[in-house]
Amino acid sequence: MLLYAAPSSAADPRQSGYQLMSAENKAMQDDPSLNPATFAILDGQSAWQEKLGSSNQACASCHGDAAKSMQGVATRYPQLVDGKLMNLEGRINQCRAEKQKVKPLPYESKELLSLLAYISVQSKGMPIQIKANPATQPYLEAGKRHFNQRIGQLNLSCKQCHEERAGEKLAGIPIPQAHPTAYPIYRIEWQSVGSLQRRLRNCMIGVRAEPYAYGSKELTELELFLMMRANGMPLEAPGVRP
Amino acid sequence: MKNQRRQLLKAIGIVGLVPLQQAHATPEEAASAINRIVGTNAVKEGRVQLELASLIENGNLVTIKVSTDSPMSQSDYVKAIHLVAERNPLPNILSAYFTPQSGTANFTTRIRLADTQRVWAIAQMSDGSFYQTYADTLITSSACSEGFI
Amino acid sequence: MSKTSRTLITMPKTARKGEIIEIKAIVQHDMETGFRHTEQGKLIPRDIIRVFTCQFNGVEVFKADFFPAVGANPLLIFTVIATTSGTLQFSWAGDDGYLATNQSQITVT
Repeated sequence: MLLYAAPSSAADPRQSGYQLMSAENKAMQDDPSLNPATFAILDGQSAWQEKLGSSNQACASCHGDAAKSMQGVATRYPQLVDGKLMNLEGRINQCRAEKQKVKPLPYESKELLSLLAYISVQSKGMPIQIKANPATQPYLEAGKRHFNQRIGQLNLSCKQCHEERAGEKLAGIPIPQAHPTAYPIYRIEWQSVGSLQRRLRNCMIGVRAEPYAYGSKELTELELFLMMRANGMPLEAPGVRP
Repeated sequence: MKNQRRQLLKAIGIVGLVPLQQAHATPEEAASAINRIVGTNAVKEGRVQLELASLIENGNLVTIKVSTDSPMSQSDYVKAIHLVAERNPLPNILSAYFTPQSGTANFTTRIRLADTQRVWAIAQMSDGSFYQTYADTLITSSACSEGFI
Repeated sequence: MSKTSRTLITMPKTARKGEIIEIKAIVQHDMETGFRHTEQGKLIPRDIIRVFTCQFNGVEVFKADFFPAVGANPLLIFTVIATTSGTLQFSWAGDDGYLATNQSQITVT
């Protein structure tokens, strides 16, 4: 059984939001027979085999057994693909467009989330591994700017809650450090599986800001920054969160 | 098909649809729901226990565990356990029916709780007696949701 | 064709005679309460699972009535006495002709 332990040394003060959950919700995440996201994984497993497009290609046609070919993949996104910053959803859709010659799946659609869940679970327990290089640097810096920028009618930045006040209470609940270690998650609030971008948009609405669009440059840059910030932390996907 | 459905609904005693304006039921409606279950029988304390977190971050999926003291023999077993909420739009949550083949009348499920409230468990024994227990819980809400509250 | 969805049963494949075994049953279903509204203010109609049953070699050993307060992707963990080898049959029935079934074999020694 995977354990997401509290920081083992003073040198790494990072902690997953998992630690803040009740025992029941932790059990819900850890046990696939209790985790509602398991159904998304099973749907994704079916979708992986589905032959699509005029060339009748399934994901499996090129990538074979996902347990092998997709191992580690979710730990490395967002990344630059042909000079464009892409998250995993974008990469799935790019494959669909270029290799399968079918339409992209809408963000937050059940189909896209199922594939995302199935691909992400193949990296469960593996450390996040975003590689810093000169090409990604401007995107990383943009992401950091978004993180530090006060926004919305409440005029709050991500940093003010999730770094300066992480661990303090907001409406009776401790504020997590906001490491995207568990995505896609079954958020109990949503009563469904959702992506990191959905969660980021929730936060923006929370501070009464106009949320960036799904798949926008801004959200993808923020994703990159957050993943980099969580580098080395184990991926928990698919997680459960309140 | 429509008649079968009506019969099914009658058989499981679904409470009538709540009008749109009423957001929450009241402890009195919960008491009525419990009266419909127990009839004129007395309800004793004990023999049934509820495990429910006292502070819940989101009420959409709350784990609840019920356990009972019963030999679960042919002559003495738990026939049913009914979960009733005091401040949900409808008082009935779930009813579980057991047999001597059940082994125990312990079960776990995940329920929706609309607000800070008391949850009741009413156990009906094979000899027709009723036992009850309750648990109080406080529901907060996660920060940063999608809708404007 | 009635609508259906995935279900997952977790239980032991073998047991000693008389042993009490634990069964976990979870079903993929939104359990639409009938109290939610769309962003435009339109009421989303109720659409839930109403009954779950478990049969052991054709005999009903456990049943549960679900109301809208049962959480999405309903989970039930309950017990059954392993009496003889055979089949456990599970079924979920609900609104709009919903029906899902699953089964599991057990060897009792």
